[in-house]
Amino acid sequence: MGNTDLWTVAVIIGLACVTVIARSFFFMSNKPWGLPHWAQRGLQYAPIAALAAVIVPEIVMAQGALIETWRDARLFAAVAGAGYFFWCRGAGQAVLGTIVAGMVVYLPLHLGLGW
Amino acid sequence: MFLRPTHYRHPAFSAGMAQMWPQAPGIAAWGLMTGVAMVKSGMSVFESVLMTLLVFAGSSQLAAIPLLVAGAPAWVILATGFCVNLRFVVFSLHMRPYMMHLPLWERLMHGYLTADLTYVLFTRQYPKPGATADERLAQTAYLAGNCAVNWGSWISASLVGVVAANFIPTQWGLGFAGILCLIGILCSLASTRLRLVAVGVAGVAAVVAYALPLKLNIVAAIAVAVLLCLSLERFEPQRPAGASH
Repeated sequence: MGNTDLWTVAVIIGLACVTVIARSFFFMSNKPWGLPHWAQRGLQYAPIAALAAVIVPEIVMAQGALIETWRDARLFAAVAGAGYFFWCRGAGQAVLGTIVAGMVVYLPLHLGLGW
Repeated sequence: MFLRPTHYRHPAFSAGMAQMWPQAPGIAAWGLMTGVAMVKSGMSVFESVLMTLLVFAGSSQLAAIPLLVAGAPAWVILATGFCVNLRFVVFSLHMRPYMMHLPLWERLMHGYLTADLTYVLFTRQYPKPGATADERLAQTAYLAGNCAVNWGSWISASLVGVVAANFIPTQWGLGFAGILCLIGILCSLASTRLRLVAVGVAGVAAVVAYALPLKLNIVAAIAVAVLLCLSLERFEPQRPAGASH
């Protein structure tokens, strides 16, 4: 259990400001922003690309390197989760189902087999 | 926001809450794990609670924890947080026409509370910004209701996680539930072929560029995927505008 220090508290407050600035970035100013057409079209792809960029390294990498084995619980859990989502075609509580299906595969492999 | 009767008595407020409720367990699972991760990596309970209450951004919190513990320079931690949060900059561009009728502090408040799922659900519910005052009020009320459930489930689960950290072994790997939650969101956005291309390109690019500092691999991956999809668009059959989501 760590001790509280003022530097950490200051960084945390800074991170809160980062949250506000990032999430309000384009509507902080009253000036109209002329949005180029390509940027509007780019909005189609940017959010899903950002999610993939965060998720994929978390599934196929360990300690900063690509994993070299297929015996990794994360691979099977990710496939099971996404498989569940598309099997139920995203209806109802599909995201919750994705988590449950993924964890049902993940925990036995990870804790049972040590993958 | 959710403190104002004209918002929380509006029927759209309940609609916003109703659409967020099914997602709440997933958010809670991720919040719980973030709470556990903060304490388990050596932050004090006070720091963890403060971070939960103020930062309210799971991915930037999770990215900041190892840097904080390692004593990295403040600017590196803040820059990393901003890079991980760049997707919100993109979301804010999309949200601008929905927001500009509000005064500045309310826009900042809404922006602060609008995380990934709220953005996805809100823009799916309202593909076009409101044209009349009534429509705008309904949209603001929906956003407030949606944020209320999101904020409540995230904060309460994170605080439970901070408390429970001493009882849940880290090696269980329950933090992976957060990634599975993101996978579910990703699947719900995968509505066109080009978006699937974006997933593949961004995923590969993020791995290839992993060695870049400050998590810039994520920014590079987004840029490559978006530019490639924009140049591939001309080969797609024409669709009516606004057919996305």
